[in-house]
Amino acid sequence: MTPVDFSLLCNAALLLLAPVAVAIAAARPAAWRAIYLVSLVLTFTMAGSSIAFALSGAPASSEIFPLGIPWIGAHFREDMLSAVFLAVVNLGAAGASFYAIGYGKHEAAPGRVLPFYPLFIAAMNLVILSDDAFSFLLSWEFMSLTSWALVMAHHRSETNRHAGYVYIVMASFGTLALLLAFGLLAGPEGNYAFETMRGTAPAAAIGWLVLLLVLLGAGSKAGIVPLHVWLPLAHPAAPSHVSALMSGVMTKVAIYAVIRIIFDLAGAPEWWHGMVVLVLGGITAAIGVLHALMEHDLKRLLAYHTIENIGIIFIGLGLAMAFQANGMGAAAALSLTAALFHVFNHSLFKSLLFFGSGAVLNATGERDMEHLGGLIHRMPQTAFAFLIGCAAISALPPLNGFVSEWMTFQAILLSPSLPQWGLRLAVPATGALLALSAALAAACFVKAFGVSFLGRARSPAAARANETDIWSRTAMLIWAGLCLLFGLFPALAIDALGPAVQSLLNSRLPAQAEIPWFLLVPIAGSRSSYDGLLVFMFITASVLLSVAVIHLLASRAVRRGPIWDCGFPNPTPLAQYSAGSFAQPIRRVFGTLVFRAREKVAMPPPGDMAPAHFDVDIHDLAWEKIYVPVAAGIEFTAGRLNGLQFLTIRRYLTLVFLALVALLLVLAIWT
Amino acid sequence: MDLIVDYSLQGVQMLLVVTAAPALTGLVRKVKARLMRRAGPPILQPYRDLARLMRKEAVIAANASWLFRAVPYLVFAATWVAAALVPTFATGLPFSWTADLIAIIALLGSARFLLALAGMDVGTSFGGIGSSREMLIASLAEPAMMMIIFVLALIAGSTQLSTIAEFMLSTEAGLRVSLGLALVALIMVAIAENARIPVDNPATHLELTMVHEAMVLEYSGRHLGLIELSASLKLLLYVSLIACVFAPWGLAPMQSGLLSWLIGIGTWLLKLAVAAFALALFETSIAKMRVFRVPEFLGAAFMLGLLGALLEFVLAGF
Amino acid sequence: MPDLGFDIAHMLAGSLVLVSLMMLYQDRLPALINVFAVHAMLLAGSVAWQAYVQDEPQLYITSAIALGFKGVMIPMALRRIIFRLGIHREIEPVVSTGLTMLAGMALVALAMVVMLRATPEATPLAREDLAFALSVLLLGLLMMVSRRNAVGQVVGFMSLENGLILAATGARGMPLVVEISVAFSILIAFIVIGIFLFRIRERFDTVDVQVLDQFRGERP
Repeated sequence: MTPVDFSLLCNAALLLLAPVAVAIAAARPAAWRAIYLVSLVLTFTMAGSSIAFALSGAPASSEIFPLGIPWIGAHFREDMLSAVFLAVVNLGAAGASFYAIGYGKHEAAPGRVLPFYPLFIAAMNLVILSDDAFSFLLSWEFMSLTSWALVMAHHRSETNRHAGYVYIVMASFGTLALLLAFGLLAGPEGNYAFETMRGTAPAAAIGWLVLLLVLLGAGSKAGIVPLHVWLPLAHPAAPSHVSALMSGVMTKVAIYAVIRIIFDLAGAPEWWHGMVVLVLGGITAAIGVLHALMEHDLKRLLAYHTIENIGIIFIGLGLAMAFQANGMGAAAALSLTAALFHVFNHSLFKSLLFFGSGAVLNATGERDMEHLGGLIHRMPQTAFAFLIGCAAISALPPLNGFVSEWMTFQAILLSPSLPQWGLRLAVPATGALLALSAALAAACFVKAFGVSFLGRARSPAAARANETDIWSRTAMLIWAGLCLLFGLFPALAIDALGPAVQSLLNSRLPAQAEIPWFLLVPIAGSRSSYDGLLVFMFITASVLLSVAVIHLLASRAVRRGPIWDCGFPNPTPLAQYSAGSFAQPIRRVFGTLVFRAREKVAMPPPGDMAPAHFDVDIHDLAWEKIYVPVAAGIEFTAGRLNGLQFLTIRRYLTLVFLALVALLLVLAIWT
Repeated sequence: MDLIVDYSLQGVQMLLVVTAAPALTGLVRKVKARLMRRAGPPILQPYRDLARLMRKEAVIAANASWLFRAVPYLVFAATWVAAALVPTFATGLPFSWTADLIAIIALLGSARFLLALAGMDVGTSFGGIGSSREMLIASLAEPAMMMIIFVLALIAGSTQLSTIAEFMLSTEAGLRVSLGLALVALIMVAIAENARIPVDNPATHLELTMVHEAMVLEYSGRHLGLIELSASLKLLLYVSLIACVFAPWGLAPMQSGLLSWLIGIGTWLLKLAVAAFALALFETSIAKMRVFRVPEFLGAAFMLGLLGALLEFVLAGF
Repeated sequence: MPDLGFDIAHMLAGSLVLVSLMMLYQDRLPALINVFAVHAMLLAGSVAWQAYVQDEPQLYITSAIALGFKGVMIPMALRRIIFRLGIHREIEPVVSTGLTMLAGMALVALAMVVMLRATPEATPLAREDLAFALSVLLLGLLMMVSRRNAVGQVVGFMSLENGLILAATGARGMPLVVEISVAFSILIAFIVIGIFLFRIRERFDTVDVQVLDQFRGERP
């Protein structure tokens, strides 16, 4: 059986799982575990088979079914790139299913989640397996709709309904853009199969339009600024394991679409295409993380961080395009590998973090960090796993997030050899943005972990929280372990990405696994190298050494006492630093410009016992300057066009008539 | 045989940095005190402080978590490893390939991340204010540092410190304006990262503008000792970094003999002393700035780095 | 005799356009129906001539249908309707005869330009035929737009359909089946519209569609 057949078979099974889930939800609600268990098995085998396929470097396998549009049929194909993304998707889905075996117990409306869950996973897989525009768009829309259904699982809350509405509008818009992009790529002959698109390179103007449409279509799904507005609304609205899937995996499917179209279907990219993507990536990364810093809803914070990481991935993609356009194969391979590795890493730690936030949500019923605190005592294992995730997403060595960002930096440092002035200026600027967003991400996760898990409980719910169930905990700990594993042995993943990069760019990074000590040398040893394993070993050895020396030679006595706090006795938990106060300096420095943040302090006069008030006013400028005017314009036009519904028959005929005459006039003038 | 020499050299470097670090801090304090016409504590006072702190029992807040107790060790270990990876007296040590400049800076970032978390662990307003501001300063310093790394990589074609140092030693480097700009920017970043005046005041405890000291306010005993040692190590790291990039004279090249190593150690100690004098002089001649002027300070460092990179492009004649 | 064939076809199609223009300025309904009957008969003649020229016997059937249904039956039926409705003496307010005629001329010109530019490689006969057919079609549409009376709109619709048939026969090759089905659909449309006319009349005492508008419930 070829790999593509195997994957399709597993997906067919996932699709069939949906009616079973409907039946179960109706007849035996207690049996919901079975759905997640079967999903786990299916996705895990698919992940395994696609990893094996990616490692084998075998030629692509494809399959054509006589479905869909008659003269096109349904093409499916699994090549190296699809294998990489299948592995990411299915590994993420396996993690989410594993986690959900425990987490699903808390689901209030399982009937609204269970049927769509396997469908959503299958839809993502089918997008990646599709090999013609029709199947691709169909699967893409299916993915949007199933995820929308999952976002609307808790539809009683007004915010969730709003999130669902914004999401479905943006998703439809994105599909429209992709549809047009494929239309342009297919050309007048209507070559909707990818195979024929690959053979024909579009004209320069078309290439530019395709890039724009792909950035609008897939970019809106991935969440690049300013198309990101739906993401922080929709991702947190879903149940946490689905949030993990949407943030950790579905955004990656969008990245897949970008890579597939730009690197595979649309022919050789121009250098300034790369620059557009690069600059967008840099802006997205910085804006995303700044938004995250302003947020005190734990899940929304994570969703905003997805935007940041998408920006980092886009930086890698933009660099790869720029280098490839200039024939610098090795540098392009480094950039693309960095981007793909970050795709994988982000799916790991973002899933982990959403799992953790789900556990917190279940234990306390709170997503607002200002009501959390001290959970490290009540939920030690969740806290540990969440901490690893925080460190990984903050790009701290020796975890995996650092490795991919380090590789992106290395690619950025190769930019001086680019011939174009624009790129030479844009790349260092993007590098600075990347450094800024990495540092801000660290600040943000100090805030997230520090306020939610450290300190003292800010609400009774947080004080009473209990450790989450064994399945969820195990899932989180395994994923934390994976974050560490790929931080210490990045060569494993990088070598597995090699064939995919090779197939797209005709060059790849040198195999890293043969280098002793798992050293990572992307270009040349004298230029740069990094060894996560050795760093980790050194740190471990130093810790053990210092512990041993101090405990043996000096003191090991510990006395517990009241909090010192420079002599302020017994402050209440409310006097702790909150999420808002933690972000205040950064808000002052960046927020006034980026969010037009304004602080309002209402202090009662001395002697008055009224409480003081402190309000922060934050604006999402993308929303206010782009979406609100566009929506108002649509509203106005619709209001005007509304009159068209109430015309007389004769006026309708007049409209038809005038349209016909206008078309004929066009024909008369232009032919 | 060579292998043993190599590894023992690495060991020597690790021991060297950890033993020299408190002396550097002590020297800075001494010079500062003399400049203020005080007698000041002896140069070796930090060693005594450390010994005292290590022997004392640690008093920990009742609600502190395991993270609070683990952080000092982790911070110390990360800083130590980072400091040991910067060439001090010789280049091309066997483990210098483990991490390049970006990784070393990131390793310090890991230490800072953990320390900031520890500041929030007990749940006090002082710890929070310290953590929050520390992260602000870091987020401003990192883009500037990235620009400096960019300039260095542009000139030396590497982010590997040994390679950069060897390049700087060779005649190719020459005198460049962009290097000068990068040097100024790096010094500014180093001042900010090490919580020195004018960004932060390492000698104060009860001032609302303090950053680093507020963050570690709850620590005592051996934990505090480790954190102070880490702070000294970090200062040493930055001085060594500046020395090895901008003043690499005396650095022993790879596979050289005992004599050149000894010369290397001697010149390195000399460089540390010069740096300590310069730092003390700078700190006594300037006042601490308020926190919200730090962005301007580090923004200036960023601009200098960016200017350096642009100049390098222009000079390279593209 | 290709020349004669061309000329006669040309003449028939041209008169069809002329009659369409005539219909535009008829303001009394019985006269309009009479002109329409002439229109349909001319169409029948044109189709029959095409059948003869192209030697396609099935077009004779088309011609017969046009003659029978549109030339005789539908006009008679329409006459009965308007007499039964008692609107045969009404002077129908046309938008403005002069303006309508001007618009009609412009449309004919437009149709010529479009067709002559769009079909450079067709035979001259087919080109002329198509141009005339498009003119008839557009004039029919114009008539539907410019009439307020439902009967007038029906007539406009029918003449529009005549234009379609003219185009189809000129272009050699509309299958008989299609033609028959079109004819029947027209018939059914006619019946339905006829019934509606009575219903409308019963309800509102008028067949002026402008008046119907006031009775629509959904207007805000």
